[in-house]
Amino acid sequence: MSTAVGQRPALTWAVNLAVLLLVVIWTVPTFGILVSSLRDKDQLAVSGWWTALFPSEQSIAARTAPPAEAAREGANWVLRGNVFESGSGRISAFGTSIQRPSEFKPGEVAEMRGGGTATVEENGDYVVTYSEQPDDTRGERIFVTALEAPKFTLANYRTVLFSEGIGQSFINTLTVTIPATVIPILIAAYAAYALSWMQFPGRALLLAVVVGLLVVPLQMSLIPLLRLYNGVGIGKSYIGIWLAHTGFGLPLAIYLLRNYISGLPREIIESAKVDGASDFEIFRKIVLPLSFPALASFAIFQFLWVWNDLLVATVFLGNNEEQLVMTGRLRELLGSRGGNWEILTASAFVAIVVPIAVFFLLQRYLVRGLLAGSVKGG
Amino acid sequence: MAVSTTAGPSAAASDLGSLLTTALLTLFIMAAGIIVSVVFAVGAYALISLILPAYKLIGAVAVMVLGVAACFGYFWGSNRLLDTIYPASGANIGANVTKANAIRPWLFLGPAIVILSIYLVYPVFNSIWLSFHGPTGQGWVGTSNYEWLARDGGFRESMRNNLLWLIVVPAAATFFGLIAAALTDRISWGNIAKSLIFMPMAISFIGASVIWKFIYDYRAEGTDQIGALNAIVTTFGGAPQAWITVPFWNNFFLMVVLIWIQTGFAMVILSAALRGIPEETIEAAIIDGASPFQIFYKIKVPQIWGTIAVVWTTITILVLKVFDIVLAMTNGQWGSQVLANYMFDWMFRGLDFGRSSTIALVIMVLVVPIMIWNIREARKDMR
Repeated sequence: MSTAVGQRPALTWAVNLAVLLLVVIWTVPTFGILVSSLRDKDQLAVSGWWTALFPSEQSIAARTAPPAEAAREGANWVLRGNVFESGSGRISAFGTSIQRPSEFKPGEVAEMRGGGTATVEENGDYVVTYSEQPDDTRGERIFVTALEAPKFTLANYRTVLFSEGIGQSFINTLTVTIPATVIPILIAAYAAYALSWMQFPGRALLLAVVVGLLVVPLQMSLIPLLRLYNGVGIGKSYIGIWLAHTGFGLPLAIYLLRNYISGLPREIIESAKVDGASDFEIFRKIVLPLSFPALASFAIFQFLWVWNDLLVATVFLGNNEEQLVMTGRLRELLGSRGGNWEILTASAFVAIVVPIAVFFLLQRYLVRGLLAGSVKGG
Repeated sequence: MAVSTTAGPSAAASDLGSLLTTALLTLFIMAAGIIVSVVFAVGAYALISLILPAYKLIGAVAVMVLGVAACFGYFWGSNRLLDTIYPASGANIGANVTKANAIRPWLFLGPAIVILSIYLVYPVFNSIWLSFHGPTGQGWVGTSNYEWLARDGGFRESMRNNLLWLIVVPAAATFFGLIAAALTDRISWGNIAKSLIFMPMAISFIGASVIWKFIYDYRAEGTDQIGALNAIVTTFGGAPQAWITVPFWNNFFLMVVLIWIQTGFAMVILSAALRGIPEETIEAAIIDGASPFQIFYKIKVPQIWGTIAVVWTTITILVLKVFDIVLAMTNGQWGSQVLANYMFDWMFRGLDFGRSSTIALVIMVLVVPIMIWNIREARKDMR
């Protein structure tokens, strides 16, 4: 195929550019979340993430040290300090009332309402001067418009992991995912072996049923199962969701594994039978080890699907601290912290980083599984 | 199941008798195996949670190990039991092996059949039953749920939107996937590009919704836009919009999320199909002087129609079930409701199991044609 293109350098360029464009469109949204989650939350709120590397103009409401701590200098009491709590920046204007936050230029002297005067220098140093000893314990408010240097921080991650409950939800998600990924595999593998290498009436019908069940919408199952769970006393519990994910994953598992296991060379299995091995032994000693790639493919699908699932978790798990999974938490944050992008971006990144890592590490098996047949998807 | 070659009424009766014996024995071994292994696993779990501190993750790992052990225990134990009842030795070895071989497949299939029946087959029938009943699942209401559905504005809006989704998303994802597959196969860094385009597959719908909601973020005109889309629009002199609240068009902004996720899937499948095209057909076209575009549209695409259909239907199924994206982005407000979210809404906020089962059945009915097509294709492959 490269021969057709190789002769046309212009076309090669166009192809490269087009692919580059696709890659950019498909990766930039995720990249934007990553960058944003690492930015200072005040900067994130007023400027796009693509400006993260440039200084940004910001309005800061700073508070001085308590006036009671003013030191005597000559006839006056003076407070000194810097409006920037961390980092540095350049002040372009300041004010002493919230209505006119940029009334004064740096270096000018502003009268304050409570008496005394204030000056802010370009580098953020402020000087507040009182003619009488002040006794206020609340600092004066100073409003500045500053050009602030870009700030990157892990503070957002600290916040979401420890005080927004994402850390707890991460553990809950893992608790759901580990058993729900592994348990269906063995059940499906035995069924797939029976459907591939054992003769019995109704085999074709069973296979057709499995293929049909592949596409049954989950929505069908929710209410009947919820009623069933409440009826037998499982209610909203981990055992309920493990079993539910096992059930919903089984058709795909059986289908994928059957496609693979029925493709194993007939001679191996028949010669084992001739040697007197039982079906049980053939499965355990020959088929299971040989099927590792298919088992891995399914495990990855099931892992991604369970980890990313919102619907099943919302229905079969409670909404409390002990049971809320990460997708559910993200959904809640979208409702309650809709405008706090520092919280949302950091939470989203925590939620997607594990599946993305699994994806990049085990992509080979994932692709192989996809190609092995149709797929339940997402 | 023992096959009888002799005809006659008495033979048929004994045939039926042995069939019944076989079936009952199968059920007995299966039940014994499942009960014993489940009791063993539950007991071991209770013991572990008694000894170990109650860390959830340890519990989860214990459940995983015990679950696998119970599965192995069931398969090993039930096989052992079968071999004890019909030993492959002694005087009746021939008859025993035949009988054991008739039962064994069902032991292998047992747990899968039980779980599939409870989790996927029974719900279909239960949903049909529920759709004729009232909000709590009690009290026969006849067809009133269906009559309500036929007149309901929310349902009509969901159907219209689902139809839009069904047309746009599979088409766009397949189209972009095909383009990406064709282009990445021609360049040296194609595999890296494929990986990156494929990556959104691993992101949850809800995570993707956060990502795209951030892109669609809206700030009042005059202030700096932090959403990428509004930033681009204002750079070119347009007025910023709260994209996901614009009726009708917001549907398309939600669809973009799913297209973004599914393009990678389409690309991977189609790329494999493109590579499977016989080289000779392409070489012949090159010799005949076809341009790369002609080769693509006239030689390659027609040869992979089957795969395109598979990709298309798979994404179609997914679209019918799309729920998380709408829930997270708009929750069905501003005219963006879809069936799956509408069903969820009636289940959790409307608390009406009858109506929401009826909506679920509508989704099921829409899936059925694809289900039948899939089964027919699968049977063709297996012959």
